[in-house]
Formats: sequence, C-alpha cells, structure tokens
Amino acid sequence: MCLGIPGQIVAVDDPARLMATVDVSGVKRQVNIACIVSDDHPAAACVGDWVLVHVGFAMSRIDAEEASKTLEALAELDEVQQELDAIQHSAQAIR
Amino acid sequence: MKYVDEFRDPALARKLSQGIHDMMRQLPYDAKNPLQIMEFCGGHTHTIFRYGIEQMLPKSIEMVHGPGCPVCVLPMGRVDDCVALAERPDVIFTTFGDAMRVPGSRKSLLQAKADGADVRMVYSPLDALQLARANPERQVIFFALGFETTMPSTALTLLQAKREGLKNFSLFCNHITSVPTVKAVLDSPELRIDAFVAPGHVCMVLGEIPFEFIPRDYHKPIVISGFEPLDVLQSIYLTVRQFAEGRCEVENQYQRVVARQGNPAGLEAMHEVFELREFFEWRGLGSIENSGVRIREAYAEFDAERRFNVPNLQIADPKSCQCGEVIKGLIRPWQCKLFGEVCNPQNPMGALMVSSEGACAAYYNFGDLPELLEKRNQSDKTDAA
Repeated sequence: MCLGIPGQIVAVDDPARLMATVDVSGVKRQVNIACIVSDDHPAAACVGDWVLVHVGFAMSRIDAEEASKTLEALAELDEVQQELDAIQHSAQAIR
Repeated sequence: MKYVDEFRDPALARKLSQGIHDMMRQLPYDAKNPLQIMEFCGGHTHTIFRYGIEQMLPKSIEMVHGPGCPVCVLPMGRVDDCVALAERPDVIFTTFGDAMRVPGSRKSLLQAKADGADVRMVYSPLDALQLARANPERQVIFFALGFETTMPSTALTLLQAKREGLKNFSLFCNHITSVPTVKAVLDSPELRIDAFVAPGHVCMVLGEIPFEFIPRDYHKPIVISGFEPLDVLQSIYLTVRQFAEGRCEVENQYQRVVARQGNPAGLEAMHEVFELREFFEWRGLGSIENSGVRIREAYAEFDAERRFNVPNLQIADPKSCQCGEVIKGLIRPWQCKLFGEVCNPQNPMGALMVSSEGACAAYYNFGDLPELLEKRNQSDKTDAA
C-alpha cells in the first residue's frame, strides 16, 4: 500500500477521466494520472513517462535526471573511497 | 526493473557502509551510547531487514523503528467497526490486503469473510469504485487507510464517484497524518531520537516544507529517503554526515520522486475532501491530537461513518501484547513475551506481526529466530534473578 512500483505510461485511454495504461514489468493496468498532469504537462504528454504507481494511481513522475544525479553521487563516493583506499595503502607501503 | 536495480548494487552498498563507519569513528557515539536514528516508515523498516542493512552499520548506530505502518497502528476497535460494516447483508466491504488479517476483538476481516460476510480484497480504491458501478443494488464500502501517501488516491476516487453520481459508494475513512505523529514521538519523554530518516512517499505528497520544523525547532537532522537498499543506506550516510559536519537540516535523498513543494494536484484533492479530526486513537500511542482526517460535510453522502451505524468502540489490546512498547521503540520486537511462539505471521496476536511492514514481522521473517528467542530467554532469566 505504501510502497510504489515504477511503470511506464504506454497509452492515455480516457483523457477526460485522466485514465491511462501503464506497463509495470510487462503487466499492464489502468491507472489514474490526475497527480502527474498539469497545465505544463497535459494528459497527452504523459505517454512514455516513467511514473511511480501506488494503489492504481500514478503518484509521481520519476525524474530521470535526478535519478542519475543520485546514482552519480553514489558512484563518486565509490571513486572518493578508492582514492582514500589508495592513499592509505600507499602510506602503509612506504612505511 | 528500471529505477530499482540501480539502487541495489551490493558493491556501492559496501562503499556507503565503509563511509558510514569512517565518519562514525570520529563521532562521540559507541555501542552503549549509540546514535539513534528513527526510520519513521514501515516501508523503510522492511528494507532494512530484508537487505540486512543493520549488519552493515557500526554498533554505534541504532536504528529505531517508528510508528509509520498504518496497519500496525490501527486500534482493535476500528477492526471491529470494519467487521460490523462488512457483516451487513447489503454491503460489499472492500479493503487493501494488508488489513485482512489484523485481529479485532471478535474476529479479523478474513474470519468475517470465512463466516460469510462479503469482504473483497482490492488493489486500488478504483477497483472498489468499479464494484460499485457493477453492483448498483449493493452498498460498496472502501476501507480508506494509510498516511498521506494514499490520501490523494481515496480523495480522487471519492470525487470521481461524485462526478458519476454513484449512490452506493462510500469510504470508511481511517487515514492518519504523519506530521502530528512525528511531533508526538519528538515530545515523548520516554524517547531519545537523534535524527530521522523521513518517509519518502509521504513527502512525495506533502513535500519537504511540513518537516522543516524538525531541524528548526527540535535541532534534529532529517533525511527524506527512497525505499531501495541503496536509498536507505545513502540516507543513513547523509544523516551521519550532517553530524560529522555539524549541520542540521532537511535533506532530500529521494529527489527523483520528491519535489520540495510536494504534489499540488494530490494536495488539492486531499484538502477538498478531508478535514482534520481533533483526535485520533492509535494502537500503542493512545490518542494523538490532529492525527487523523475525516470526510468533509460537503461529501457526507460518501462517508460510511455518517451513512451507517458504526459502533466506534474503544477496545484495549490484550494485556500480554506489547505492540505499544514496540511502536514507541521502548522494547525490541523479540523482547515481547509473545514474540515467536505465541505471536507469529501465521497466527498474529498483534498488528505488528501482520503487516510485512510491521517491525515484528520483519524480525520474524528476516532475523535469526533461534538466536533472538535465546536472547530473550536469557534476559528473562536475568530479570527473574
């Protein structure tokens, strides 16, 4: 109930009632898209959107740019850690 | 699966864990006096257990499992109300699966169904609406449950029912609000929490702003977190980094889903349909001011509480059940006398054992059961001595 699942909108079936079909890992289901449409992003523009689906409602568009930023931050941490490891190893090596 | 697999990379998890260990060594906490971080949301509790995140943390960090599991904090009296509604011959009672097995004082919804009540498990309130369209001669009641995460979905469903002029659809509204509950935790004299991992999907609806009082008024860091294992680990990392750098603020780890202003369309629908209840009764926490919502007068025709006779009795939990102490973080699930043998997911005595997001079910399903029971029996002996 509280955990959403990512899916991609494949068709807007009923723009008036804001109903669309979403593909969640190959399973298709109709969802309500009222929470992700706005003047800047009308129903027709939603096809192709990756959304987080909760209890039959697309509750949020998943921001691809932010997702990659978070992953980049994680990857950078990895690089920083490698640097730190290298510094430590080197310090031990020359002791 | 896109936006899931990327956040489950074990190599990156090890690096995050290493970073947390490194920072904690510089901070004045140890196993006896740990940094206590509360993950408010049951979804996070589930992730922490399922992926063994506690084992990746130093002993100087203690994760305290918060009250953020709507099924777990449901008082027994509300389950009795559901059963009473479901037993009406004219009613189709619809609910999310999570609520089916929560014990009431007489029976659970699952037992009511076995006894002949028409109880249907639905995935979405929209499915309940579809049942109402298909069964105009029956009354379809949807058990509306959950924090702000699910409030827009029930509000939008009610608005759709009104637009269609449906006369046989109503909500039994038991939605609860997270901010007053976090405040109750913060004001509890029994608890000492140093920081919060905040519920990402509540914040997806509410945004960051309603949580800004926590660093401002209580001087505790808070990090809004996603639900994949790397999300939760990174949120713990960011929390610890705030301590290491002497900062205290709302930080948003879950930027791919949570916008600072929340979800405007969802908030609008919620405010249109719901208003605050002065008090709402929680299992284990008692009555909390402004912690629930009810349906506004303008939508009275869709309110099961107004349309049907709901007993609305207060029923105390069985004495032996220690759910309340677990919810408040005063004892760990395995320290409850019923944990394991008497109360388990197959035969739950308390709600915390029912939901997969409940702390007790998480310990039972993912913990080392023989070791936990041994630990409890040891401490029982010490107590007795």
